[in-house]
Amino acid sequence: MAAARPGANPPLQISHLIKRYGAQTVVDDLSLSVAPGECFALLGPNGAGKTTTLRCALGLTTPDAGQITLCGEPVPARAREARMRVGVVPQFDNLDPDFTCAENLSVFARYFGLTPADMHTRTPALLAFAGLETKASARIQDLSGGMKRRLTLARALVNQPELLILDEPSTGLDPQARHLIWRRLKQLVAEGTSVLLTTHFMDEAERLAHRLAIMDNGRILAMGSPREVIAAHIEPHVVEVYGDWPEGMAGWARAHGERLSVRCELSGDTAFCYVNDAKPLLDQLAQQHTLRYLHRPANLEDVFLKLTGRDLRD
Amino acid sequence: MSATAAHFRLPSLSWRFASVWSRNFRVWRKLALPSLLGNLADPMIYLLGLGYGLGALVKTVDGVPYVHFLAAGMVCFSCMNTASFETLYSAFSRMHVQRTWEGLMNAPLALDDIVLAEMVWAASKAALSGTAILLVVALFGFTASPLALGVVPLIFLIGLTFAAMGLVVTALAPNYDFFMYYFTLFITPMALLSGVFFPLDQLPAALQIGAQLLPLAHAIAIARPLMLGELPTAVLPHLAVLAAYAAVGFWLAVSLTRRRLLK
Repeated sequence: MAAARPGANPPLQISHLIKRYGAQTVVDDLSLSVAPGECFALLGPNGAGKTTTLRCALGLTTPDAGQITLCGEPVPARAREARMRVGVVPQFDNLDPDFTCAENLSVFARYFGLTPADMHTRTPALLAFAGLETKASARIQDLSGGMKRRLTLARALVNQPELLILDEPSTGLDPQARHLIWRRLKQLVAEGTSVLLTTHFMDEAERLAHRLAIMDNGRILAMGSPREVIAAHIEPHVVEVYGDWPEGMAGWARAHGERLSVRCELSGDTAFCYVNDAKPLLDQLAQQHTLRYLHRPANLEDVFLKLTGRDLRD
Repeated sequence: MSATAAHFRLPSLSWRFASVWSRNFRVWRKLALPSLLGNLADPMIYLLGLGYGLGALVKTVDGVPYVHFLAAGMVCFSCMNTASFETLYSAFSRMHVQRTWEGLMNAPLALDDIVLAEMVWAASKAALSGTAILLVVALFGFTASPLALGVVPLIFLIGLTFAAMGLVVTALAPNYDFFMYYFTLFITPMALLSGVFFPLDQLPAALQIGAQLLPLAHAIAIARPLMLGELPTAVLPHLAVLAAYAAVGFWLAVSLTRRRLLK
């Protein structure tokens, strides 16, 4: 699935990035590069260092070590110049509540040196892209969460960026709004825009990203295409088992689960069995009438939980 | 260079601030009339209330009717208030609550551009409302001299001075309540010790010397003679004090805002 154009310079290259806050190392020797035309997803639990990595990439904070090149410019030295060619969709909406939808686009365009004449045709086109043609004069307070996110996306495109950076673009959206955002991102990638997004939705990364990196505690734990990452880090089959067992599911895991699977993890009342060949386990389960099970291929979420653990991150 | 030294380097000045200034101007234009009336009402109530009420008792100050004496004080006082409110409450909203600055920093703007834009904008707003007050004061006949026109550029400088100091406070503010301290401990005493309501020579000698440190006192030292039709003396030293507060305040505001937002 190589959408990357060989030969062109990568819009973002980060090598050996380190960022510390006091004694805490938030980004720890992180290297990654987004290829031209590529959609790259940065996955990680809350506090993994995703947002800090983006802030470093945009030159909004000075790293303690490492090199960053954004759209051909060294960052942070020439971050402002680099941002001329970058669009950003922040994690929290920061649309201007004092302006209408159309004004939000035209006011933002001025920060890039674009004139009202430039925006004369561009504003309606961007509103149409965001599905907000009828909302040109609407106030921001009157938009739904999904509409706001779409307008933020349209605003990030005023300068026709080479690289679009999105920090958790679908957090807090309903499924309909999320699917529309995904369609728009796919359209942008198809048109040649490079995309870097952070997310903790696995299906988002699996659907959108050519390549992804899973990070935790400031380090990258796995990197590659979704299929490569799954193949390299986890057994191909998962059997989720739950139901009634005399000593609970922990008892079943000790009696059969651990014996019949490569790894067997308990999460609440469910045993997750990771196997290369599911048949022996399924045969055993067929004889247990008090247990129910779900057999499915391993996915990115399984890899994510394996690498980052099942503990809550608050 | 350590992180602290980097934050406290001198601000870079760029015309890029104009796009941010124009954003604030466009918002103001939407509500220009109510905003101007609001900025006019407060000083005019003071001026008419104190001017006629207290003026009936005091009659004249330094040989002029009290309300004429008070007029210059009110123009400078309201200018200080307009610039302070804009850089405290409004700028804090844009920085912290609405995250407008965050959006600006994702665009090709530096934080220095944003802080400069906020300072110049607050001074512009102070100049707009200050000029309106000057006009109304002239219509009431409280000032009659063409020299009063000289107050217009002075108003802009007063705006810059108090905007810069306000932005220092905003850079440190955890929430809106914090601004009460600034108003109660700094702005209100300044108004009472700078000759807004009564001549400075009414104060004990020690306080008179202390008042020389206050930027508002220097603003009034130029504005009052101009509005009463006299040429002020020692104009340059007075302007230098205002400019120094503006320059040091701006540097400190940019540095502290960098420390707050670019960490």
